Amino acid sequence: MLRWLIGGGREPQGLAEKSSVQTIGEEQIQNPYTELLVLKGHQDIVRFLVQIDDCRFASAGDDGIIFLWNAQTGEKLFELHGHTHKITAIAPFSLSDASGENNQLILTASADRTVIVWDCSSGKQIQKVSCFHSTVKCLTVLRRLDVWLSGGSDLCVWNQKLDLLCKTSHLTDAGISALVELPKNCVAAAVGKELIIFRLIDRPEGWNVLEVKRLVDHQDNILSLVSVNDLTFVTGSHVGELIVWDALDWTKQASECSFWDSSLHTDAQPEIKLSQSPNETSVQHLTSDEECVFAAVGKGIYVYNFQMKHVIACQKTAHDSSVLHIAKLPNRQLLSCSEDGSVRIWELREKQQLRAEPVPTGFFNMWGFGRANKQANQAAKKTQENTTMYFLELVGDLIGHSSAVQMFLYFGELGLATCSADHLIILWKNGEQESRLRSVTLFQKLAQNGGSQLKF
Amino acid sequence: MISAPDVVAFTKEEEFEDELCSEPPLPEEYSVPLFPFSGPSANPWSKVASSKFTRDFILISEFSEQVGPQPLLTIPDDAKVSGTFDLNYFSLRIMSVDYQASFVGHPPGCAYPKLNFVEDSKVVLGDSKEGAFAYVHHLTLYDLEARGFVRPFCMAYISADEHKIMQQFQELSAEFSKASECLKTGNRKAFASELEKKLKDLDYTRTVLHNETEIQKKSNDKGYYTTQAIEKANELASVEKSIIEHQDLLKQIRSYPYRKLKDSDFHPYEPECGLDQANVSCDQDLTTSDLAEPGETHLYAHVPSYTPKLIKAKSAKCFDKKLKTLEELCDIYFFTQTLDQLHQIERTFRGDVCYLLTNQISRALLKQQSITNFLFEDASFLEEKAPEKQYGGSQRFSQDVVNRKCLEESPTPKVVISLGSYKSSVECVPIKMEQEIEDSQEPKMTESITFEHQENLDYLDADIKGSISSGESIEVLGTEKSAPVLTKSESQASLPISPSPQVGRSKVGSRRTVSEDSIEVLSTCPSESLIPEDFKASYPSAINEEPYADDEEGGLRFSPKLNPDNADEQEGSSKQENLLQVDSACCIGKESPNFLEPLPDLGQKHCDEDGVVSIPPQPYRPAEQGLHGTFAGYHSHDSVSGGLLPYELDPRYLAGSRDVSKTSLDECSDSTSYISSAASTCSDRTPSPAHPIIPVNERHKKKAGQNALRFIRQYPFAHPAIYSLLSGRTLIVLGEDEAIVKKLVTALSIFVPNCGVYAKPVKHWVTSPLHIVDFQKWKLIGLQRMVSPAGVNMLHALSRYSRYVSILDADSKTLRCPLYKGTLVSRLADHRTQIKRGSTYYMHVQSILTQLCSKAFLFTFCHHLHLPISEREPEESVVNRRMNFLKLHLGLANEDIKIVQYLAELLKLQYIQEPGQGANPLLRFDYVPSFLYKI
Repeated sequence: MLRWLIGGGREPQGLAEKSSVQTIGEEQIQNPYTELLVLKGHQDIVRFLVQIDDCRFASAGDDGIIFLWNAQTGEKLFELHGHTHKITAIAPFSLSDASGENNQLILTASADRTVIVWDCSSGKQIQKVSCFHSTVKCLTVLRRLDVWLSGGSDLCVWNQKLDLLCKTSHLTDAGISALVELPKNCVAAAVGKELIIFRLIDRPEGWNVLEVKRLVDHQDNILSLVSVNDLTFVTGSHVGELIVWDALDWTKQASECSFWDSSLHTDAQPEIKLSQSPNETSVQHLTSDEECVFAAVGKGIYVYNFQMKHVIACQKTAHDSSVLHIAKLPNRQLLSCSEDGSVRIWELREKQQLRAEPVPTGFFNMWGFGRANKQANQAAKKTQENTTMYFLELVGDLIGHSSAVQMFLYFGELGLATCSADHLIILWKNGEQESRLRSVTLFQKLAQNGGSQLKF
Repeated sequence: MISAPDVVAFTKEEEFEDELCSEPPLPEEYSVPLFPFSGPSANPWSKVASSKFTRDFILISEFSEQVGPQPLLTIPDDAKVSGTFDLNYFSLRIMSVDYQASFVGHPPGCAYPKLNFVEDSKVVLGDSKEGAFAYVHHLTLYDLEARGFVRPFCMAYISADEHKIMQQFQELSAEFSKASECLKTGNRKAFASELEKKLKDLDYTRTVLHNETEIQKKSNDKGYYTTQAIEKANELASVEKSIIEHQDLLKQIRSYPYRKLKDSDFHPYEPECGLDQANVSCDQDLTTSDLAEPGETHLYAHVPSYTPKLIKAKSAKCFDKKLKTLEELCDIYFFTQTLDQLHQIERTFRGDVCYLLTNQISRALLKQQSITNFLFEDASFLEEKAPEKQYGGSQRFSQDVVNRKCLEESPTPKVVISLGSYKSSVECVPIKMEQEIEDSQEPKMTESITFEHQENLDYLDADIKGSISSGESIEVLGTEKSAPVLTKSESQASLPISPSPQVGRSKVGSRRTVSEDSIEVLSTCPSESLIPEDFKASYPSAINEEPYADDEEGGLRFSPKLNPDNADEQEGSSKQENLLQVDSACCIGKESPNFLEPLPDLGQKHCDEDGVVSIPPQPYRPAEQGLHGTFAGYHSHDSVSGGLLPYELDPRYLAGSRDVSKTSLDECSDSTSYISSAASTCSDRTPSPAHPIIPVNERHKKKAGQNALRFIRQYPFAHPAIYSLLSGRTLIVLGEDEAIVKKLVTALSIFVPNCGVYAKPVKHWVTSPLHIVDFQKWKLIGLQRMVSPAGVNMLHALSRYSRYVSILDADSKTLRCPLYKGTLVSRLADHRTQIKRGSTYYMHVQSILTQLCSKAFLFTFCHHLHLPISEREPEESVVNRRMNFLKLHLGLANEDIKIVQYLAELLKLQYIQEPGQGANPLLRFDYVPSFLYKI
């Protein structure tokens, strides 16, 4: 594209050609994000974005500083200093006090082995817990029980007042990498290759946490853990195993052990797949809705359907490099961000003709429609052809960050916040909507001023 | 010795008419009269022909007490400028105006030498023989060695164009006042330090003499004094007297109302530290002379060591000594500032008067377009309205500083106490207060005065002209001003209602109506007091004598004491106008923060900032020392409004000077009464605040216009490039040669809309890879193309962000940017344009952009284009209406809509932006394909 710019051959030629990544031109009709706001503040990689309420979010990263932002205006609300090392986990936490008012708090864990509770309305540090033996790598708030858990080399249970209720014995040095809440007061913790189920018991004499079960089905470290609903949760590992678990009896419902070379390309050589580096196949992130789990695997995105128990759509090279975060938007769209610094918007579309060229089926081909029919003949289809009935279409990409986009936060109407290793946070907004909002504000202000500021 | 300058009516016209007659007669149908000056080389605008200098210049002259009037320097300092023009002769002319009554060191009835705080005077002079007209600004500087401690100087703006001087009088006066103020401030500093040195000398001398006397006394056992001893004693006495005199002078110069110029152009730091120093050294003086406060001796440490010299009883003869040069008279910092200011004046007023006038008119008009003018206008236009917004805060701040200072350090001048008590007298003050006490007389008075004010303004001009032709130098803004004021004060004095003093004082902050006579209160420093003349007249007893306590801070204060004599004098003060030298120029205090005071609407569109007397007078305290307060109301100028509009309502400053008169204890004689010299006009103006913006000067405009013209002619794809800029898409000019790139950037910068009131979002030269933040900040970037790995990185960054930018490659002459099919830009940048001059083209662009702004304004502020009319109206129909408006009403086609939409967004952002916080810069973009254009 810019070959004319760069001129004859000074550029390493292969750069553009080598990837077969789907690209979209500069004309992106469906991409609503036509305005951006760069939020500067962080001094190092920004790794976490967490939503506090409708219009606020917090960001944290390797500089140990937490920023609170207004998602509407991009205004920096607070700068929270307290940690001396990088932030390793962050969780929002709403505390209802005696008067029934909801007090928004955030919990942050840092490599300095502390956890700090911050008040989002005042920007003050409420309390600091520094009795950890190792870095807390994950934080989970169990709203049902009014407790929160911190996972490091052991699992600790805390109440709202930050009293340590109970803790497990030392599990591993590597520590818990992910925690997910399960029904019946249980939590699943990913510890290396193992998945450990703990049960919390609230007895009158005190809380207790018991190890209930150890699941050792994964061949490699579990990287992602997501709860789908009360009945299922899903785990993904470094070598690309995806296991669907029953949340009640912790049995394996289904697994997709090597789904990167799944039925999509039966003709492909398995050796080639095996030669892929583990990074290319690791399940970086999982997200789900009721029907599907969306997996960021290597550079690709895979959609796995629970009912059909196989991958229904995939984009094997969705990005130039590893996809780090993925999210499903309400409007059948999927967002992914990657180490290549871009965010891409995908739309899951149905293929109408099997074994034919994919034809876009219009915008409002709701996934849910006609699902019953599909289910009816799915089995047949599945046996006939191992083709997916859906495909992911790129509808837009957001380019702004100059380095890996670590995470994003979808704010619906307010837009999208992305954070990156280039120390920036970018708020992407719908330009037209913003313009309308500004007009509203303008006429409000005009009415306030009574037009007196205008000298016609 | 000095003849009155003869100013002869400008009679050249007749000659020209003769010339016209010699032209061959034209046929009737072409009877448009030819321009009379149409000689081969004649420039129709050049009236300089008759003068001996090539262009306007500034001359600084001195009336030296040794050699008489002499020119000191010219600006520009170039022999060619003044040419054969006789500077010596002209200096003589301009210095010969006896603009102020001369003053002597010892005013009658006063035992001490006095510093007279002289106001500057402004005069227009013409000399038809020389073909020179001049605005002459007289000022005096203090010099300890000079006669009466003053040296008269003048700065003159000399032009061959009489109209220029006349029409730009206000501006010239304002600008020169600034320069003069700066110079005088520096001079006061220098004078004060000179005095300090002298005091040390004297002190040392006294000690020596004292010791000698003591020795003599001891050795003297005869019981009677030898002549030698008497001589010594006399000498000692005279030294002591001299000390007191000099201390007094020092006090006077310190108490000299030391106005904090708001303009940090002049003294970004000096006043504060100057004040401190003054305080410190003042304390020292006290200790040195009095030794009453031994605790303060440590203060010596602060002062640069100075070895006192023994002073001989007899001073050198007047002609033996070498007078100080102008540079020596003034603190060097201030001196250079003054020169800078003068150079600035020279630049500002260069050129033809019609050009200056047009410029001023367009500025005045632009200022009214407060919503849209930030988009394409120079930031320098906008800085002028900044004061209203910014001053409040800063003033208050600096005021606080001073207040604090005053609270902290208010030493009691013990020396003064020993000197006995003084009486003060009250001056006539041309202040008018609109008292809140309703008085039937008052409104009428107000009205009449304001009318007079206007008339004054009207006939001012006539007067000036008239007197020019009559061959007399005139004092512009002369006595006419004082007359109404005086009548006013009389009437006030006889007001039937006389509320209690307390009431009166609490009302000091009452509203003033007439700006002409308004005062600006210059300080809230505790040492300053201010009593409007009205009150003085009404409540003589309340303002009997004003305490004089903490003068060391240099605060302005005066104790308007009114005794019958004074009242008489006041009423008859018009006769005495010229007796008084008022200093109004400087006050140590600050302007009172709440200056905004709307003026009565006299059909004047413009409300100027006005002073409100918000400072209560000093509480009454038994007099230790009286002082004479003088007020002088005078003009200062809003630099912009100029002579254009009749709203030259200038903040008037109340200024006072304190004169300490010594009388033999008790007695009252208000001996010296000083009346405000209404003949003198303000020597000061409200300077503009410091602003980060560097005004785009004419040359820059011209150059940009020229380059833009060249760009349009050279590049067939100029239209899409300009469209990119107008629609807010960042344009990157890429090239290896910095000069070429910068030239292109300069050319294109005239099309870049500003995103706020700050400088244009243009970056002339960047060598590092660009980032998303850059596109947010800059809309036009000159980028270096490098043949290196770094260069490749940079290009990759460019290709990565290609959706946000248009790229103009200056080396291969290509442009990559979205398509443009509108019509607007072709009017803006027609490559076949007949315009040849850069500045003309610049103006052409400005006019089209202004049109565009008005469209954007309409679009932005039409309510129903953005919001539904009824609640049920769907968004779609609003969008339709909006597009219809853009297409049909504004006549915009295709991409032109995007331009207006972008400008509208900028207007919205600017309007809704809260004043306190800077707007978050947004980056708006479209997902539109780009095309590659080649030559």
